Amino acid sequence: MRLTDLPLRQPAFVETIDWESLSSVEGQRLREFGLCEGASVEALHHGGLLGRGPLAVKIGRMTVAMRRNHAAAVEVSTGPQEAQV
Amino acid sequence: MSGLPLVALVGNPNAGKSALFNALTGARQKLGNYPGVTVERKAGRLSLADGRPVELVDLPGTYSLSPASPDEQVTRDFVLGKQAGEKLPDALVIVVDASNLDNHLRFALELIALGLPTVVALNMVDLATRDGLELDANVLAQELGVPVVSTVAVRKRGLDHLKTELETLLGAQTGMLRASAGEPDFDAVRREARRIARAAIVRETPSRRLTAAVDRVALHPVLGLALLLGLLFVMFQAVFSWASVPADILEGWVTALGEAVTNTLPPGILHDFLLQGVVGGVGAVIVFLPQILILFFFILMLEATGYMARAAFLMDGIMAKVGLSGRAFIPLLSSFACAVPGIMATRTISDPKDRLTTILIAPLMTCSARLPVYGLIIAAFIPARSVGPGIGLQGLVLFLLYVAGIVGAMLAAWALRLTVAKGRSGGFLMEMPKYQWPRPQDILIGLWQRGVIFLKRAGTIILATNIVLWVLASFPHAPEGVRQSEYSIAGRIAGGINVLVEPIGFNRDISLALLPSMAAREVAVSAIATVYAIDAEDDAEALEQGLGDRLAGRWSLATALAFLAWFVFAPQCISTIAVTRRETNGWKWPLFMIFYLFVLAYAAAGVTYWAAVAMGLG
Ligand SMILES: Nc1nc2c(ncn2[C@@H]2O[C@H](COP(=O)(O)OP(=O)(O)O)[C@@H](O)[C@H]2O)c(=O)[nH]1
Ligand SMILES: [Mg+2]
Repeated sequence: MRLTDLPLRQPAFVETIDWESLSSVEGQRLREFGLCEGASVEALHHGGLLGRGPLAVKIGRMTVAMRRNHAAAVEVSTGPQEAQV
Repeated sequence: MSGLPLVALVGNPNAGKSALFNALTGARQKLGNYPGVTVERKAGRLSLADGRPVELVDLPGTYSLSPASPDEQVTRDFVLGKQAGEKLPDALVIVVDASNLDNHLRFALELIALGLPTVVALNMVDLATRDGLELDANVLAQELGVPVVSTVAVRKRGLDHLKTELETLLGAQTGMLRASAGEPDFDAVRREARRIARAAIVRETPSRRLTAAVDRVALHPVLGLALLLGLLFVMFQAVFSWASVPADILEGWVTALGEAVTNTLPPGILHDFLLQGVVGGVGAVIVFLPQILILFFFILMLEATGYMARAAFLMDGIMAKVGLSGRAFIPLLSSFACAVPGIMATRTISDPKDRLTTILIAPLMTCSARLPVYGLIIAAFIPARSVGPGIGLQGLVLFLLYVAGIVGAMLAAWALRLTVAKGRSGGFLMEMPKYQWPRPQDILIGLWQRGVIFLKRAGTIILATNIVLWVLASFPHAPEGVRQSEYSIAGRIAGGINVLVEPIGFNRDISLALLPSMAAREVAVSAIATVYAIDAEDDAEALEQGLGDRLAGRWSLATALAFLAWFVFAPQCISTIAVTRRETNGWKWPLFMIFYLFVLAYAAAGVTYWAAVAMGLG
């Protein structure tokens, strides 16, 4: 499931990230925010009136805002969390 | 550069570097809660326990040593000793947020690997406790291989311990320092940071998270937007309703001062100069101090509580439509107070086209210097009646003027992004800091600084422009029956300008005020006050009247509205033009900015005037 489709406030973890679809600056910033395969994530809020605004996502202990096109590059799973890579 | 040992505070945005800097040096700077408020070099002096002075520098926050924006580049260059005019720091204080350890430790590890003498400040332990986290600083020190001190910057806890550790570091130094950034494997460092964070956490109990609870409302697509608009609306109502009592008191003082001048000085040129040029002119601006302080109070509160980043989140959708990101909203919102710090705050925007566009539209945000102009005209022409529960007509008009500025800015951004700043949008990635209840001292100090700046402006730029204007408006003396303001040199210059602005409904009073108010917008008010004082010299009755009443008697409503519309757009501020030149490295963009804003101002005033006349308000 994509991060954009993840129901709000349902803990999940990152399965894969399509780094290719992100520019190098964006990819780097997301990595610095702690986004990586295995990281625990939780979608907190959808911004924008028609649901097309950014997404507030909790990555580990940090809350960050990102646009939907970036969040769509992140595949998540809500199953039992695998060992941290 | 001083010969003192140089120590740099470095770490992620919002780790508390600036708070620690203030606590350690006693110096003050603006405290914000959105990532990257520190964009200028901030240095202060710190005395170690043995009395030795040390120069402490507060570096811009960054997430790693790979810079993504101009201010992050400064941090990288500084810790590598490559920043122009700076030596390599003698020691680093790495500030980490105890409640977000995994993330901050990764950057800390990168910094420790530079090989400089280092101490880690484990800051915000109070917030970690609030979130149910208990940490062991000793374990952390062992794992990191550098001393670790627990601190609470805002409560000044742990500072002595930090100073002791610094003293040891600086005392033990021998030989030449070198800093070298390797190319560490990002994922390996991250895993290491995670492992260490896990090891340092003694206990983790789930607790109610204040931030998550508030965000359910503040970031809600409907409620959040309503809250943001509500906050802004309350802010503008407050500017009028809270300020009226202190403003009346100030006005009383200015009047008393004028009377004192009249009573002590013999009639003559000195008397006229002081009464008309100084007390009348500058006094007319100073009475707006309470309104400006109220406006800054709101802006400072929004920044210090962490709400600003939420506002950016809410606005991103709209900003994206004009090719900007929510991040640009933060400098724009600060520009409500003043465009100069707003334009400087654009340094946190990494995309150059985004940044240029934000700089070019920042002057459209209604800054506090417009308040005297708006305040005067609104008070004179808009009746102070209520148009609904808690909604005053005057506050509503002021709110609409702010909205006009915002809408103008959005349209301008959209047009700029299609033309001179063409390019792909830079995206929106931003940390949302935790909510904080700001310390009253910080807010009071911020207000104090702003008040001093405003009074200094009144005492320098506004006074000087006004003196020149007084001289030009007082000579040569008009013969009997001719109005002084028309006969004087200033009057003749105004006559020339009047030809240009008559079509948009401006009268000679306004023409006279336009040129001097290029220096600063408030001068429009002091200039009109001065000219009226000169004209009213021999007319005791006119002198008794307040400025607003005199305006109301001489201008049509259509003219007054056109004048307001002009000031929504006109780039009348030397400081803004200067800072734009500095931030864009040349005259090209400031000149472009002046040109496009004057065109917009002219058009807006014209449309307003013609529409008002058509509606029978001329
Ligand atoms: N509760 C708490 N708040 C802190 C502490 N240190 C800083 N803050 C607050 O955290 C926010 C960010 O701090 P600031 O110094 O601007 O961070 P910087 O970006 O690293 O310079 C401000 O609102 C500070 O008042 C601390 O130890 N405890
Ligand atoms: Mg700072």
